[in-house]
Amino acid sequence: MNSLWSVTLATLVKDIRLEWRSKDALNSMLFFSLLVVVIFSFSFDPLAEESRHIVGGLVWVGFLFASVTALNQTWARELRNQVLDAYRVSPAPANALFLAKALGNFIFVSVLEAVMTPLFVIFYNVRVLGPAWQLLPVAILGTWALVVNGTFFAAMSLRTRSREIMLPLLLFPISIPAVIAMVAGTTSILTGEESAHFYLVLLLTYDVVFTTACLALFGMILHAE
Amino acid sequence: MKRLFPILSVITAIFLAYALYEALVVAPTDAQQGDVYRIIYYHVPSAWTAFLLFFINFIASIQYLASKKPSSQTAVKWIVIVIGVVGVIACFLPPVQRLIPAGMRPSAVATTVLAIPLFYFVIGKYFPGDNLDVLAVTSAEVGVVFCTIVLVTGPIWARPVWGIWWAPGDIRLTSTLVLWLIYVSYLMLRRFSNSAQTQMLAAALAIFGALDVPLVYFSIWFFRTQHPQPVIGGGGSMDPRMLNVLLISWMAFLCFAFLVCWQRYRLELLHREIEAAHAMDSLVGSGVAAKASLPLSRSPQ
Repeated sequence: MNSLWSVTLATLVKDIRLEWRSKDALNSMLFFSLLVVVIFSFSFDPLAEESRHIVGGLVWVGFLFASVTALNQTWARELRNQVLDAYRVSPAPANALFLAKALGNFIFVSVLEAVMTPLFVIFYNVRVLGPAWQLLPVAILGTWALVVNGTFFAAMSLRTRSREIMLPLLLFPISIPAVIAMVAGTTSILTGEESAHFYLVLLLTYDVVFTTACLALFGMILHAE
Repeated sequence: MKRLFPILSVITAIFLAYALYEALVVAPTDAQQGDVYRIIYYHVPSAWTAFLLFFINFIASIQYLASKKPSSQTAVKWIVIVIGVVGVIACFLPPVQRLIPAGMRPSAVATTVLAIPLFYFVIGKYFPGDNLDVLAVTSAEVGVVFCTIVLVTGPIWARPVWGIWWAPGDIRLTSTLVLWLIYVSYLMLRRFSNSAQTQMLAAALAIFGALDVPLVYFSIWFFRTQHPQPVIGGGGSMDPRMLNVLLISWMAFLCFAFLVCWQRYRLELLHREIEAAHAMDSLVGSGVAAKASLPLSRSPQ
């Protein structure tokens, strides 16, 4: 147990340091979601009263697409110099690597959300009519839901041809319940018309189920030969 | 076995024709919908067949993963038994019964749950080792075909009856669509991945997909559902004559699905045998000796 956390922490710190120095994932994600915001603001009239009903969907679609660009880079970094192979033969627990990568992605996507949310608020004139604090658990649980499966499927698509294309093809169908919960939960908080309680429970269930599944199956995916 | 195939094909063709005759001529016309409703004799049997095939895919995938990791085999076996026992008991407890959609009998749900351990052991017994993966490919491919039939015939029926092609908030429509998407992505993964680990990756994805289905169902649960209530194990509002035709139609579809699966299964086995022979061929180097072991050039037994 002790080695699990120490390896997790070491890998996480290494990933954050690498990202801090290169800023590859963050820059591409930020610019991508900025483009999404701008293009959406041309397609929909952002000043209309209806925009409150669609902005929840727009925000999450933007984050979903942007996070795929970061998730794709998760494992590609480890392929250079056969780092992943070295990891495979080392006695370090496989789940430590997975947890570190998932936590790293969680931090990167959270930073993206923290930067982009004010932009969405400015562009779409958002005023929250429901309990605003509930947006925080929706964001945290929703981001984890995207990231945990995304990290797993990114590891899976490493073994395929054209892996950049493969990740969204695998990730999006499985993520549909989470996306429904995120979008509907955000919309119900923004409009204040109904309680977001059900969607929070749904997101929590999704997170627990798929975190367990990822941890149970990741060792097999990593060592599959 | 080979001689059985043409005989079974003829029987299935006759059976399908009989089911079509029953559906178009014998079954009584619906009082409200008129003749349009007759499409359910294709729609509903296809849906049941597709779900059955996806279920087989799920069980075969679990079995495959368990067989690759012998240490987990006993654990998985006990988990499956526990799921069967606890699931059946839970179906009759009041708090769980409230979760079961209205119109579905708890005994019907319990039977479905009981099918998990039953299928698990039957499939594990008759499909050893890599044959489990062949079974998984076969059932996923044929299942996607049947699921496509469901998704195509659904809107054709919905347009005259509901007045719309597609109801986005409907629970069964959307879950079926998501199920279809998951299995298409499963087939995509198999197509794009040509390494030796494909089978394991695909099995893992199948398990993720199966875990996803209940979540999809509950995520749409909140919306008011527009679909007609289930006819089997439900309120029983269907005319017995119609039910009779529906079951005949389902039997015919099952025969047809079995026939297609059987053929696809044999094809996949042959395909793998050829690949193995080619790999052996390039390893050995002398093409002449290895070519003799290619399955297609063998004399028929």
